[in-house]
Amino acid sequence: MSHQPEQILSLRGVSKRFGAVRALSGIDFDVHAGEVVAIVGDNGAGKSTLVKILSGVHPPDEGVITFYGTPTTMNSPTDSRDLGIATVFQDLALCDSLDVVSNLWLGRELTRGGALDEVEMEQRSWSLLRELRARVQSVRVPVAALSGGQRQTVAIARSLIGDPSVVILDEPTAALGVAQTAEVLNLIERLRERGLGIILISHNIADVLAVADRIVVLRLGRNNGIFDVADVTSEMIISAITGAIDHSPARPRPTQPVGPVAVEDRP
Amino acid sequence: MSSTHPQDARHSGFRGTVGAFVDRLRGGDLGSLPVLTGLVLIGVVFQLLNPNFLSPTNLVNLTMQCAAIGTIALGIVLVLLVGEIDLSVGSVSGLAAAILAVAFVQFGWPLPVALLAAIAAGAAAGLAYGLLYTRFGVPAFVLTLAGLLGFLGVQLWVLGRVGSINIPFDSLLVTFGQQLFLPDPVAYGIVVLVVLGYGYTLVSQARRRTEAGLAAMSTSVIGVRVGGLLLLLGTVTWYLNLARGVGAMFLLFVALVTIVHHALTRTRWGRAVYAVGGSVEAARRAGIRVNRVYISVFVLCSTLAAVGGLMAAARLAAANQSSGGSDTNLNAIAAAVIGGTSLFGGRGSAFSALLGVLVIMSISSGLTLLNLDSSIRYIVTGSVLVLAVIIDSLSRRSRAAAGRA
Repeated sequence: MSHQPEQILSLRGVSKRFGAVRALSGIDFDVHAGEVVAIVGDNGAGKSTLVKILSGVHPPDEGVITFYGTPTTMNSPTDSRDLGIATVFQDLALCDSLDVVSNLWLGRELTRGGALDEVEMEQRSWSLLRELRARVQSVRVPVAALSGGQRQTVAIARSLIGDPSVVILDEPTAALGVAQTAEVLNLIERLRERGLGIILISHNIADVLAVADRIVVLRLGRNNGIFDVADVTSEMIISAITGAIDHSPARPRPTQPVGPVAVEDRP
Repeated sequence: MSSTHPQDARHSGFRGTVGAFVDRLRGGDLGSLPVLTGLVLIGVVFQLLNPNFLSPTNLVNLTMQCAAIGTIALGIVLVLLVGEIDLSVGSVSGLAAAILAVAFVQFGWPLPVALLAAIAAGAAAGLAYGLLYTRFGVPAFVLTLAGLLGFLGVQLWVLGRVGSINIPFDSLLVTFGQQLFLPDPVAYGIVVLVVLGYGYTLVSQARRRTEAGLAAMSTSVIGVRVGGLLLLLGTVTWYLNLARGVGAMFLLFVALVTIVHHALTRTRWGRAVYAVGGSVEAARRAGIRVNRVYISVFVLCSTLAAVGGLMAAARLAAANQSSGGSDTNLNAIAAAVIGGTSLFGGRGSAFSALLGVLVIMSISSGLTLLNLDSSIRYIVTGSVLVLAVIIDSLSRRSRAAAGRA
């Protein structure tokens, strides 16, 4: 599998400390247009810190983040958003009492002669939701009335309003049932079809294998392997997550695979 | 953009509109229904007890009593919408009255300058609240409780040893507050203009929506709405005109309500206010400058409180140590809540100030007509407030149950 499309985002040697705790050290990975990069890891592996760095909440201590080939610094969520990185946080951050249109456009409402342009916003909301093939019956119901999957859809659709190049999805399926998870995974594929770079943070290996193109494994704040999804099994991912296999470039590779699963154990 | 959408289409016709309304009620979204019911009930009961209650003269008085407290309540609606409270509106309104009286009567400043000074003092109080609230995260409850005392002190200090200052009866301010009623043709003219404006807005909106392929309000619904508004405003104006007519001060209050309603529903600022009240964190993440919203709301609330204080002074033709005192504060807050603005933030409308103050003042006026003691008035008003809060809590609960939180 070759990734010829344009490289959007690239991290090299990104590190972050919180006091004495090294949350991330020497993280490298790239995101290309039309590619889903999954970031997996156990609790405390540094996934959340990575999301926060990419969404501008915490600036990294070391390392370079390049965006379309240009080194950039992101010191605030606004910087990150203006650059074209949209983040859908796990808690979705929707305003329950507002309707779908209001939520989609919250903070960047369209106006016409000083007043809100509800018609334009509603129309564009419909076309966006239809493009995502979202199953939302009315855009004028409060978001509280929607199912978990629909809320996730609205949150993802909202991230697209600013026309980003990269969308970060933080555990989008964590709280969803089977059907709703499938709905969101389909949605992720549609985002990829739009040529977006997608960073998918997830615990769920099955979901990751279903949609991701590449999988970046984090373990204890370090890269512990980057896999093409075409030549990896869930066992391999799990052993990389748990540390049964150490792919960390910073440490010497073990001569023999450790643990119950052998790396070469593939057809 | 070919067809309308299933859910919306269901709600586009006249029956659909009624259906949507019933759906909303079932979901616990009661809106103005409880307060409207309450108003009708109050009207019927007091009319039965005293035939003068619904007389044009009494209703004209009622509207004039509503203006000041209603304007203060309008500010309270705004702070309640962001989920906060301002307990000092009474003191701020009294302070504004005191500043006006001292500047205008004692210092002999021109009226507009004195008015501006008083309003600016209100705005400054709100700015102080906003900055303290956003900088230090002091709960608005305590902050404005301190303001209640503090600004009462400033009011007494401004009034000095005199304690009470009369504003000349022939001044424009007192004329405005007591004598100025719209001539009949002007009142009807305004009604016609408002109804035409409303109709034009609805029609052009419906046309734009149809062109955009969205579900639009049908002609019959527009007709009913415009006709209803014409009937309502026409009847009220006609009835008030049987006595002295529509007071300029009442008109000012209603105009303020309409302006705030427009700002809340049709501007980005208004959307931000509802978002902050609904979920601060979501609003912040959406890039809304939450602190600015809080500050703007506190400033507007105190400014409206000052304007209300000036109206009260104009009506009383005086400012004294008890201006803005006694039940001003609680009446204003009660009016906002009784009108249907939620104490939990994010829900309510500018019109709840108008409806709520009508309820409070009707009760007060009715009990006065019955020659009942003010003890009864306090008890009744208190009970109505409790009822309103219960309705608010219950409807919030059933909204949550119906998934419309």
